Amino acid sequence: MLKLPVYLDNNATTPCDPRVVEAMIPYFTENFGNAASRNHPFGWQAEEAVDYAREQVAKLVGADPKEIIFTSGATEADNLAIKGVFEMYASKGNHIITATTEHKAVLDTCKHIEKLGGEVTYLEVQADGLIDLNDLEAAIKPNTILIAIMYGNNEIGVVQPIRQISAIAKRNGILFFTDAVQAVGKIPVDVIKDGIDIMAFTAHKMYGPKGVGALYVRRKNPRVKVTAQLDGGGHERGMRSGTLNVPGIVGFGKAAELARLEMEHDAKRLGALRDKLETELLKIEEAYVNGNRDYRLPHVANISFKHVEGEGLLMGFNKNIALSSGSACTSASLEPSYVLKALGLGDDLAHSSLRFGLGRFTTEEQIDYTIEQITKTVLKLREMSPLWEMYKEGIDLNSIEWAHH
Amino acid sequence: MAYSDKVIDHYQNPKNVGTLDKSSKNVGTGLVGAPECGDVMRLQIEVDDFTGVIRDAKFKTFGCGSAIASSSLATEWLKGKTVDQALTIDNMTIVEELNLPPVKIHCSVLAEDAIKAAINDYRVKNGMEEIKFEESVVH
Ligand SMILES: Cc1ncc(COP(=O)(O)O)c(C=O)c1O
Ligand code: FES
Repeated sequence: MLKLPVYLDNNATTPCDPRVVEAMIPYFTENFGNAASRNHPFGWQAEEAVDYAREQVAKLVGADPKEIIFTSGATEADNLAIKGVFEMYASKGNHIITATTEHKAVLDTCKHIEKLGGEVTYLEVQADGLIDLNDLEAAIKPNTILIAIMYGNNEIGVVQPIRQISAIAKRNGILFFTDAVQAVGKIPVDVIKDGIDIMAFTAHKMYGPKGVGALYVRRKNPRVKVTAQLDGGGHERGMRSGTLNVPGIVGFGKAAELARLEMEHDAKRLGALRDKLETELLKIEEAYVNGNRDYRLPHVANISFKHVEGEGLLMGFNKNIALSSGSACTSASLEPSYVLKALGLGDDLAHSSLRFGLGRFTTEEQIDYTIEQITKTVLKLREMSPLWEMYKEGIDLNSIEWAHH
Repeated sequence: MAYSDKVIDHYQNPKNVGTLDKSSKNVGTGLVGAPECGDVMRLQIEVDDFTGVIRDAKFKTFGCGSAIASSSLATEWLKGKTVDQALTIDNMTIVEELNLPPVKIHCSVLAEDAIKAAINDYRVKNGMEEIKFEESVVH
């Protein structure tokens, strides 16, 4: 049975798994204690629940529970990692290396670092979205203290060569931080095997609640420290003050446990559905996949349908299918996706892109329906597109003098 | 943001999608916007030699739903008007008719620009002077 509407925007956020919600509920009502209250059972229960969740979260990524700092989400974790390292390691240097396709939470934090007198190198990516390891090595300077490269990209799903990056960082005595928001819980992420020193992730992208995330901070080989960015009661080993969001953390823990147990199955199933979606949609003329197709999260696809505009396309089915586009018309800034532009894609292709993020609750019927709806709408809009007509007449669109606004 | 019913209706049942013979002396073609900006609109009018009335109007648009609706509406309004009357169609009337939110005003500006460009193309083809329009305010 086809269940509508179809939600294919799981890179933006995922629904909470009902098992997660169930685990959380008692911590709003009966067990509402403050985990920092040391003198009564309410506090003890809360602390115990947080400890258990910390173990569940740590286990998912191969960390020690003591290395997990709970935060309000990945934006905060990204800020804490970068600003915290910049402050803590000021005596060692002030140079950070990142990439142009990072999430805004990383890029804008780096801009802030520049205002504080830090130096940041923004590596350009290759046409497939991967960074060039030679560029990375070449960017390293004596004052480099941090390499910040994301695990899986939120728009195109491309997975960076994390182990090679961490090896380069280690060889040069530089810390390696990764924003692993889109990867954790979806593909195996192991902080030891991957050589990660600091890592940000968040519950609401892995079927947990919004408003809770974590920063992994390595405790040995090397022992890493970050300067706290919030002053207060000294929670989370002094790195993140603020009363713990106990129900959220409990939900995060449960989500992590479920991900650990079900990831392999989910990834296999969603990979097959994604491949079906992609194969069928690529049968449409002039449709292109954005980003490397081999090094990619299994549940993500980003496809451009040339000569139709993304928002116009979404409008054809957005009552029944939730998707996002790299088109400027869908963004508040009226700028097309900077990630797609960083791949060297012309603005016109960026405007024509759709991002698919499948999830645990996506069914095959929904994928079949999506294929049918998108194919139909692309063909209909091309009949209405002056660019498609010109393309069909063999007119080179670059030869036309467009009136730029 | 949600679309108005009128935008949805024009999007689902666009009026006057198509192409007129741009080499014909009676046809004026306006092509505005740019692919890099995410919107390109082509609007064409066919003018009756004797009466100066716009007999037919067609459009093709690459852009968001509001841009498609604006051009569809513009072609409807153009038909049956004289070229001079057509010059009075301005983008704010389109905005009001379609209930466009502020971020979509530029889609209506594009439609107004396309009308003007089509009229000028027609005028030049028929030995008349091009009309100099002031730059549209909202872009
Ligand atoms: C790659 C990446 N980093 C960071 C974030 C921010 O996470 P949060 O919503 O938990 O602040 C997101 C999600 O929007 C993301 O996709
Ligand atoms: S064409 Fe881009 S917002 Fe309308």
